[in-house]
Amino acid sequence: MTERPALLDAHLIVDLGGFRLDARLRIAAGEVVALLGPNGSGKTTALRALAGLRPLTSGYLRLGGREMDRPDRPLWTPTEHRSIGVVFQEYLLFPHLTALDNVAFGPRRHGVPRREAREQAARWLDRVGLSGYARRKPRYLSGGQAQRVALARALAVAPELLLLDEPLAALDAGTRLDTRGELLHHLTDHPGATLLVTHDPLDALVLADRLVIIEHGRVVQEGDAATVTAQPRTDYVARLVGLNLYRGKATGHGVEVDGVTLTTADPLTGDAFVAFRPSAVALHRQRPDGSPRNTWPAVIAGIQRHGDNLRIQLTGPIPVAADVTQAAAAHLQLAPGQHVWAAVKAAETHAYPAAP
Amino acid sequence: MTARWTRTAVVALALTALSGCGGGAKANGPAPSHGVTGTVTVFAAASLTESFTRIGKDFQAANPGTKVTFNFAGSSALATQINQGAPADVFASAAPANMKTVTDAGNGDGTPVVFASNQLVIAVPKGNPQGIAGLADLTRPGVKVAVCAVQVPCGAAAKKALAVAGVKLTPATEEQDVKAALAKVKLGEVDAALVYRTDVTAAPSDVDGVQFPESAQAVNDYPIEVLKNAPNKAGAQAFVAYVRSGEGRAVLTAAGFRCP
Amino acid sequence: MSVSAAPRRGTLRVPLGLLVPAVLGLAFLALPLAGLLLRAPWSTLPQRLAQPGVLTALRLSLQTATIATALCLLLGVPLAWLLARVEFPGRRVVRALVTVPLVLPPVVGGVALLLVFGRRGIVGRWLAGTFGITLPFSTAGVVLAEAFVAMPFLVIAVEGALRGADTRYEEAAATLGARRWTTFTHVTLPLVAPGITAGAVLCWARALGEFGATITFAGNFPGRTQTMPLAVYLALETDMKAAIVLSLILLTVSVAVLAALRDRWITSP
Repeated sequence: MTERPALLDAHLIVDLGGFRLDARLRIAAGEVVALLGPNGSGKTTALRALAGLRPLTSGYLRLGGREMDRPDRPLWTPTEHRSIGVVFQEYLLFPHLTALDNVAFGPRRHGVPRREAREQAARWLDRVGLSGYARRKPRYLSGGQAQRVALARALAVAPELLLLDEPLAALDAGTRLDTRGELLHHLTDHPGATLLVTHDPLDALVLADRLVIIEHGRVVQEGDAATVTAQPRTDYVARLVGLNLYRGKATGHGVEVDGVTLTTADPLTGDAFVAFRPSAVALHRQRPDGSPRNTWPAVIAGIQRHGDNLRIQLTGPIPVAADVTQAAAAHLQLAPGQHVWAAVKAAETHAYPAAP
Repeated sequence: MTARWTRTAVVALALTALSGCGGGAKANGPAPSHGVTGTVTVFAAASLTESFTRIGKDFQAANPGTKVTFNFAGSSALATQINQGAPADVFASAAPANMKTVTDAGNGDGTPVVFASNQLVIAVPKGNPQGIAGLADLTRPGVKVAVCAVQVPCGAAAKKALAVAGVKLTPATEEQDVKAALAKVKLGEVDAALVYRTDVTAAPSDVDGVQFPESAQAVNDYPIEVLKNAPNKAGAQAFVAYVRSGEGRAVLTAAGFRCP
Repeated sequence: MSVSAAPRRGTLRVPLGLLVPAVLGLAFLALPLAGLLLRAPWSTLPQRLAQPGVLTALRLSLQTATIATALCLLLGVPLAWLLARVEFPGRRVVRALVTVPLVLPPVVGGVALLLVFGRRGIVGRWLAGTFGITLPFSTAGVVLAEAFVAMPFLVIAVEGALRGADTRYEEAAATLGARRWTTFTHVTLPLVAPGITAGAVLCWARALGEFGATITFAGNFPGRTQTMPLAVYLALETDMKAAIVLSLILLTVSVAVLAALRDRWITSP
């Protein structure tokens, strides 16, 4: 990760009674950061604080070198005076305005004369491929079209900080694929900082340069896609990227996790994580011979379809997910409640230190 | 000068009230009671509210076993109610026209008789600050006057009196009834209103009355009649007789009516 | 063809428990109107319509009701916004106060107006002394009386619409650089426009039929303060048929205006 000067520099602290958000965020110009986290993790609170729709309890928020929110000074810039653009989850296009007027709304508020604002808006609609829909009211736009109008509307004010709140969540799977590609193209072109709030790892991986993962109001991991997917640091992240993840004590080539010693390829000592793919787990009716290491008894808790394979959830000394082919499952006559043996080759595991 | 005039006028008014038809009380004697009982329902003009309530009490005292219930409202509304079949025994109207509506519809029993009359006076705020002495003063610039709308009896009377006086008056408002016109004086919104003597008599602490000679040309007669479909005809006749007796006349006179 | 009365596909079947009261309710509202129509003197209608006072009163009614509605919009919409969007101490009391004219007998409302805006009233005395303006017995007084009685209808309707409106649109406007006032005029108002229209229609209808407060505060003078309801009331004193004719005119005109508005404004574009 190259350190570029941050356009957005914030330490967001918001107290909401039972919940506290405490997250540092730095985004450089031209950089797209995904704020990824489960529901209730504080993603939306962070977005609202950045937009000025909710004041900080403490901390600070600087955008383009200017203080937007600084409770200890106190300094406060209201939403309408911040150089931001927001694409809301449900787009929130003004229902009484046409697509063109929705996009022209921002430039008009920034003092652009009516005629020029509409020309700008027309250019933006053209850029998102909707020049033929300028006169349509939002209710006559499809979900994907509305999303693109919302993006054009947010970008039309040339914001220093572009905020996107689950921009693809409201779309069906097919539309999402196309729109995601479109969005990538526009985000790449955007010269300002971009924060993408999402709970969809695919959106984050495809669209963002860097991931910030937030749980219970705190940043738990941060880094580029390769690092995060290779070395998840929490169950949530591991599940997001589809890995089995365990934390334990490493002693040379073994990591002890809840009484099971997992032999790993990477030599390590101290607190460590061990990760492996579900497809690396093999299931057997009887204890397998010959490969004595990394084998433990388990009970099938659930079976789900997962692409072309089946994903088997196992309980036992350590919970584990295993992917098997339909043929293998039929051969082994797998069913919930059944006792099986799970095995993982040491070469398929990946161990790394838990201390950051 | 005007102030003194007013005082004289007010005194004169009070004297007339005293020397009204009350003096005839002894001569006529109390209404004979023929063992009348039951409820007597009387529909009476709103301007009779105070005096008829009093007369009703006296009548009940004089005729044990009777009960008088009243429906006080505008005479025209009462006439409409009677013609639509309201169960009334007696109708006392503030104007012959409304009585005629009832008798023309065949709802009267016998001939209506006039039992009282009312005359217009100029109601002014207590002390008569504008020094109003007669109808002509009402046209002075800056003097706001309320009259009744011509559709109601006091308005018709006012129109007649003004015509007799040859006074061309543009009122501030033409009120829907005489109480509303008087209320505008009480509230200080107008400087004068053409109302009935009885209304001024009923509000001695708020307004003064200024008499004017033309009012004699615009007297308002109050007829009373037993109704054809009276549920209690005997009671109705007794009540009408009581109103016209010395006792009844005394009450009416005290309220500012004149009795024939 | 089947003889049994099978319900047609797609038609909504109305439960009897709703249908019967609904029809009774309609009859209750419509029968008095039928009564007026039956008793109307149709043969002499043209002459009666041509009487000079009629048109004057009608014009005055329409003018004052419309101005009163405009006044209610000007003051009532911001008031509704305040009640719907701003937390302030005593908001419940203020909301209750707004409905006072609904509960107060209009005649009492008229007296109350006189006590404030009358010649001796707190505001009235100042108006007369400073600007030489007297409101009682003037057309402006009619407007004031009508607005007083009709404003709650507007405020309640608009407040309801504002509470139902999605405030996230206002946040979206703010992120685009719109200040509070611009957001109000460019986003909030258009969003609650149907509620405002409904409120304005109710307000106008109530103002058009206003009698008690008007005759008490503004008095009755043909051409200046005598609106249709006042003319109807006084006609009733002498000539019931004339009163019926005037009522029918008022009804016809108001129904026509509301129907035209419904076509043009109330249905969504």
